[in-house]
Amino acid sequence: MKFKYILPILFIAILVTSCSSDNDDDIIINEIEGLIKVQDLSNSTHTIELYNATGTFKTGYNAISIRIKDNTSNSYMENATVSWNPIMQMPTMQHSCPKSTITKASGKDTVYEGFIVYQMANLDGSGWSLTVNYSINGVEYTTTDTITVMQNAKQNVTSFMGTDGSRYIISLVEPKTPKIAINNMTVGLYKMETMMSFPVVENYKITLDPRMPGMGNHSSPNNTDLTFKAEDAMYHGNLSLTMTGYWVLNLKLLNTQNEVLKGEDITTEIAQSSLYLEIEF
Amino acid sequence: MKKYIILVVSILFTGLTFAQDIENNIKKDTTSLDEIIVVGRRKLSNYRQNKIVSSIDDFLENSNKITMIKRGNYAWEASINNMNSNRLSITIDGMQIFGACTDKMDPITSYVDVSNLEKVSVGSGQEGTENGHCLGGGIDLQLPQSTFYDSGLKTNIDLGYESNGNYKTTGLDIEYSNTKFYLNADGIYRKSDNYKAGENKEILYSQFEKYNISLQSGFKLNEHESIDANVIYDKATDIGYPALPMDVSLAEALITSITHNYTNDSTFIKSLVTKVYFNTITHIMDDSKRPDVPIRMDMPGWSDTYGFYSKASVRANKHDVTFNINGYYNRSLAEMTMYPNDSNQPAMFMYTWPDVRTLYTGVYAKDSYSLNTHETLSTSLRFGFHKNRIAKETGLESLQIFYPEISDSKSRLLTSFSSNYEIKKNALDITLGLGYGERAPTVSEGYGFFLFNSFDNYDYIGNPTLRNEKAVEANFKTNYHFKKFHIGIESSYFHIMDYIIGEIDATLSPMTIGANGVQVYTALNSATIFDVYLNSSYQFSKTFSVNGTVGYNYGKGSNNEPLPLIKPFSYLAEINYSTPRFNAAIQLEGNGNQSKYSSFYGEDETPQYAILNLNFGNIFYIKEHKVVLKYGIENLLDTYYSTYADWNNIPRQGRNMYINLSYLIP
Repeated sequence: MKFKYILPILFIAILVTSCSSDNDDDIIINEIEGLIKVQDLSNSTHTIELYNATGTFKTGYNAISIRIKDNTSNSYMENATVSWNPIMQMPTMQHSCPKSTITKASGKDTVYEGFIVYQMANLDGSGWSLTVNYSINGVEYTTTDTITVMQNAKQNVTSFMGTDGSRYIISLVEPKTPKIAINNMTVGLYKMETMMSFPVVENYKITLDPRMPGMGNHSSPNNTDLTFKAEDAMYHGNLSLTMTGYWVLNLKLLNTQNEVLKGEDITTEIAQSSLYLEIEF
Repeated sequence: MKKYIILVVSILFTGLTFAQDIENNIKKDTTSLDEIIVVGRRKLSNYRQNKIVSSIDDFLENSNKITMIKRGNYAWEASINNMNSNRLSITIDGMQIFGACTDKMDPITSYVDVSNLEKVSVGSGQEGTENGHCLGGGIDLQLPQSTFYDSGLKTNIDLGYESNGNYKTTGLDIEYSNTKFYLNADGIYRKSDNYKAGENKEILYSQFEKYNISLQSGFKLNEHESIDANVIYDKATDIGYPALPMDVSLAEALITSITHNYTNDSTFIKSLVTKVYFNTITHIMDDSKRPDVPIRMDMPGWSDTYGFYSKASVRANKHDVTFNINGYYNRSLAEMTMYPNDSNQPAMFMYTWPDVRTLYTGVYAKDSYSLNTHETLSTSLRFGFHKNRIAKETGLESLQIFYPEISDSKSRLLTSFSSNYEIKKNALDITLGLGYGERAPTVSEGYGFFLFNSFDNYDYIGNPTLRNEKAVEANFKTNYHFKKFHIGIESSYFHIMDYIIGEIDATLSPMTIGANGVQVYTALNSATIFDVYLNSSYQFSKTFSVNGTVGYNYGKGSNNEPLPLIKPFSYLAEINYSTPRFNAAIQLEGNGNQSKYSSFYGEDETPQYAILNLNFGNIFYIKEHKVVLKYGIENLLDTYYSTYADWNNIPRQGRNMYINLSYLIP
């Protein structure tokens, strides 16, 4: 009697396990999971696919993933060497912006990664173009197209002239999703050497004083100044946010001699530093 | 304690007595440190209180042990021995219940009404640990006992009106009982407009409206066992808090319990009471009626408590022993959302109580041992395990801004111990007591996040790393009766270690716009609190008596600063006239100048005051229906005054004429 019931269960069990083992062989790991395509850049041989988390470029720090598709075989290149150059076309001149080198994403075969810090945007998102240069098996290729970069709602990047006469760019990288806690804060600091060269500035110091203008310039404790870390060539510090809402991250940039290049301390008279970033959550 | 005869202490004033019939009772047991305030309207002697439909707060205030801290005309906070509710154990019939307001706008005494209760038991210091750990004392608001009286249906109607604030009260009480079953339903409704302080000055935002309904029913299972169920629903709306920057749009409580009673005189265990309970509170602060605030905000809070206790009493030889095992689980959550004046900015949000779960289990034992007919030695002991856990990740991370090293939970062991020796000889009785107690920090003290205190104008940050607060206590009480003259002295001394109090941290930036700064809860090495009361009475004749009380209180921290909210020199004198059907009394009540105010903790000096009260009572019958009428004038001279216990010096009521009517249909 009992066997009568056990038998079908047994069959189902065998069926299920056999099915799933079949599937295992066919599974393709989706290397762009969680990413949204921003745009394709094409030439006659390849299509360059640009991805990020939101599917749009905005001013500030943009982490970008790239895949290179062979137009004939529809397969993705795994052995390319890639570089890029974003250009902003202004009425009288053109300039680039801070950008990283492009490396293969760790643990992935077809995805390459890097970041670009767009320091400005036109209201309609026009003006920027992106050139991607890549070589596969010793053959050089290139492609260029216009891209759309929209203005971010809050100031997450700022470009300014220091008292040393140099132009700098500070860009907020972390926290991406701020929370009521001590957040790890990361910013990139770049010097505008020429219109096309934006090297990382090393070993300066950025002081941090987060404030809520909507709450009588309320501040928070246990923030730390941002210091340079060579591993990722960024500046790191602790950012305490005591509540959700709109925060102004007042900054001061100090060079290696501890001379203030930009920014002021917050006092009863000075409600906001001339060097600041914004967060809203 | 069954052996103790319930001490009925005058509602009107000081724990002294003046009516002959009660005086006999008192003489039997003046040494009990427990003070019992009778509030159940059916049980009261109608001569003992000036109002029939007084709020619980009024009742408590009329006890000489208790001072009420006032933030408005509603929901006052009890304090015993100059210690506020943080240091007290306040329970409803042994049930733990915790207010849901981060700013103490809802002491739990505000969630019950006189119609729910039979009596209030007050224990000073370590005498108050029967239901929980405390330093200052315990207040247990007791529900009516089972009443299988076979008295059939009884109806009672109460009406009250007070001229000051146009304060109206209506109460209806229906009771049915037979030998196996009883059902008691009551409801009470109160509404008051803004009251007027002396000199006819209206106090804005002092209105309130509330109603309370309760249902209690019981079945007798057999000769020794019965089961009771009790539900109380209390809802207050539109409550103004003139001393605070915000009002309350809703304070709602549902309090439920089921009790199993076992009594048997022939067994070893004489009685065993087991109760399981649940209560839930919703409290919503609101500033929409204030025309001028720096920022609009919502501050809701919730508190849910599940618990049980089992209480046994045993009598053997000369021992009278009570055991109590209890446990509860509480969830306290409060949040704040602020709306910036710049509408482009998003609302700002934070957890002010980060979903703190408190688990407590403890045991209590008390033994009263009669050494001989004159002397009794009582000892009580409570051990407990207390654990707090922050359930919300966001809440934990918020607090880690201030305390990066803390984890989500903290456990404590709590111990309380007390011993009393009492001797009664002829006209003299003396009680000496020693005690040691510990308490855990409250949710606000441990986990509060930017809680604004309008008293000192600082934001407060809780401190999860606080140690237990501990107190060593000594108390002394004596009474001497000489013919018609009575004199008594009562005194308590507390040496408190790791006294929890706020300390200014100048490096922190306040959250509240306009606040002076931020204080973080921390502990003083020690603090000392001392109080002494002298009372006396003289019975001129069967109908005429006078009595008076003077009190002195002292409190100082180890930093040599006076503690805040320490009562200045106080006095009360009363002349009574009473006959079986009529009574009248005139009362003089006052405080001296608060010379030892604590400017360090944000207090200012409250000047002395004195007020005169006049009250009358009549009792008469219309056929079988009993009618009790109470009327009088409070603050007869319309004095403009405030006391040390008035938050931000809000003035108290000016002249108030009141009349209360109680109509009983048996």
